Amino acid sequence: MSGHSTYQPQSRFLQWFEKRLPLGSLIHSSFVAYPTPRNLNYLWTFGAILTFMLAVQIVTGVVLAMHYTPNVDLAFKSVEGIMRDVNFGWLLRYLHANGASMFFLAVYIHMFRGIYYGSYKEPREVLWILGVIIYLLMMATGFMGYVLVWGQMSFWAATVITNLFSAIPGVGDAIVTWLWGGYAVGNPTLNRFYSLHYLLPFVIAGVVVLHIWALHVAGQNNPTGIEPKSEKDTVAFTPYATIKDAFFMGVFCIVFAWFVFYIPNFLGHADNYIPANPAVTPSEIVPEWYYLPFYAILRSIPDKLMGVIALFASIVVLAFIPWLDTSRVRSARYRPLFRQFFWLWVIACIGLGWLGSKQPEGIYVILSRIFTVYYFAFFLIIMPLLGIFEKTKPLPNSISDSVLGAKA
Amino acid sequence: MRIVKYTAFAFVLAGAVATAFSPAMSEEQEAPPRLKWSFAGPFGTYDQAQLQRGFKVYKEVCAVCHSISMLAFRNLAEPGGPGFTQAQAAAVAAEAKIQDLDDKGQPIERPGRLADYFPSPFPNELAAKAVHGVAPPDMSTLAKARTYQRGFPWFVFDMFTQYQEQGPDYIAALLKGYQEPPKDFQLPPNGHYNKYFPGHNIAMPPPLQDDQVTYDDGSPQTLDQYSKDVAAFLMWVAEPHLVARKRLGFQVMVFLIVLAGLLYFTKKKVWHQVEKPRELAHGQDPGKTTI
Repeated sequence: MSGHSTYQPQSRFLQWFEKRLPLGSLIHSSFVAYPTPRNLNYLWTFGAILTFMLAVQIVTGVVLAMHYTPNVDLAFKSVEGIMRDVNFGWLLRYLHANGASMFFLAVYIHMFRGIYYGSYKEPREVLWILGVIIYLLMMATGFMGYVLVWGQMSFWAATVITNLFSAIPGVGDAIVTWLWGGYAVGNPTLNRFYSLHYLLPFVIAGVVVLHIWALHVAGQNNPTGIEPKSEKDTVAFTPYATIKDAFFMGVFCIVFAWFVFYIPNFLGHADNYIPANPAVTPSEIVPEWYYLPFYAILRSIPDKLMGVIALFASIVVLAFIPWLDTSRVRSARYRPLFRQFFWLWVIACIGLGWLGSKQPEGIYVILSRIFTVYYFAFFLIIMPLLGIFEKTKPLPNSISDSVLGAKA
Repeated sequence: MRIVKYTAFAFVLAGAVATAFSPAMSEEQEAPPRLKWSFAGPFGTYDQAQLQRGFKVYKEVCAVCHSISMLAFRNLAEPGGPGFTQAQAAAVAAEAKIQDLDDKGQPIERPGRLADYFPSPFPNELAAKAVHGVAPPDMSTLAKARTYQRGFPWFVFDMFTQYQEQGPDYIAALLKGYQEPPKDFQLPPNGHYNKYFPGHNIAMPPPLQDDQVTYDDGSPQTLDQYSKDVAAFLMWVAEPHLVARKRLGFQVMVFLIVLAGLLYFTKKKVWHQVEKPRELAHGQDPGKTTI
């Protein structure tokens, strides 16, 4: 995808094939000869890790689907059947459940990295927006997957989240009935969630292809935020990026395996081992950890409609940051003020995550409001103003200069 | 700069205040004491004798009211469990009466087989409710469905220490947790005061007393021992492949650490050429440096 390819197939069959479909040169130019900035740090390995996690989720998910039954009377039982009677079913299910968490952990690191180093700025706006779309699809997929277990938390999470749409004035209730396929969360809801949970990962895979395509057109950003100027600034994707990605993927898998084999239920909720019961409301209804910051934003606002708007706005605002950020300098490395506001924003995100797991009362509500205000202020006020007022540090002449300069 | 520092200070202060207030506001649930379990930790395995004792307590006491519908008789003889022989498991099954149909489609009651699941004490939830007021929960996943709030920062440490036994700790504590209610506590009729039950008002009367179940292996016949044994048994029922999981986990860990190590050194070798300018900057001759 990066223009002229130097790929020369050796065997006669590949030469024959290449003339008819230049798949080899596409792969060669994208994943072998593709120039990557030489100064990428390990935060840039998360793109590869995310691709790997998507593959893990699809493979384990397809096998789980062979054993799962999407029916309100059988869903919980069939999941337990997988845990008990399917060969290595416990492994498949724990890989899939913890894989979702690892997927989100990786995507959050990937997003924080993008914001810190200004990877969303011109000419990478489309690349960034495609990423936001992938993230939205991931959230929908993860939520529906959690419902499929049909435990208490599954059922009540489905009830709470679908009920958000009832806040829409006028047509809200009609929309919720339409989403449920009935007058309460029930079998039609479970069936359509199952169907969509199987469909959306392939939509994600499609957008990932576009995301990688856009990446290979614009080229990767790097910790300095300045574009490569000469061949001295880049190295070939293979072997340099591939081996680096492979190593860090190995490290990431150690963390993944720790959760799967040793603490597989740590990130889950105990109530989800109780079969769904529409007649009993759990003492607390909390989503999975990766949605907690948004749940805190939702609950920090007393008005339901405004809360729902804030919830969706907190994600949609991400799509606009290429234009909200007015600074011409990309990397936070050369933006002393932005860097501090960025870390405060990270604290606000983690704080919101913690508050999302707490009962909305007393000091927790006040804190949620402070963090929510800061979350939005970071994008809507600080980002536009910093570009005007911030005095940035001088940029190095080139990537290779910065590599030499940093260590000299 | 000042604004940033003040904001950061305000955040930290707010966080500290919230942490200080949080114990007072958390739901009223006493943390059960932490017990030692043979199945805890990366090399944990079930204690077969303990599971057999726990099964005996379950069969003679719990099973009167609680179902365990996802457990099959064959499970008793499967590896990683209580270690009954096939013949022993079949004998347990034969004692049970299973509702079935005969060749002519007429309902019959027949002795259980290995493939059967443990029959429930009540035909359905309503029937259980009619007798007890509250339907006693099915115990198939109970040890994973019960827990208690660990709170910050303990839940962070749990990630590293692998503390995963909140369920059995809670169950063991609950079985011993019956007390006289405090004077100011309004206990509803048919309620029982339990120190560890959330809200303290539990429908289940104290199920176990000393010397209630006879142990054949000389273990102490005390409430304390019974509650530990039955909690361990319920953990196995909820997670029958725990031993296989931890064993495979160790193998996977060793493999991944070796793989990551090899990849690290390969990466170092591959990048050595590229990182030469760095060495030049340090006044070294890249031709003479090795990795």
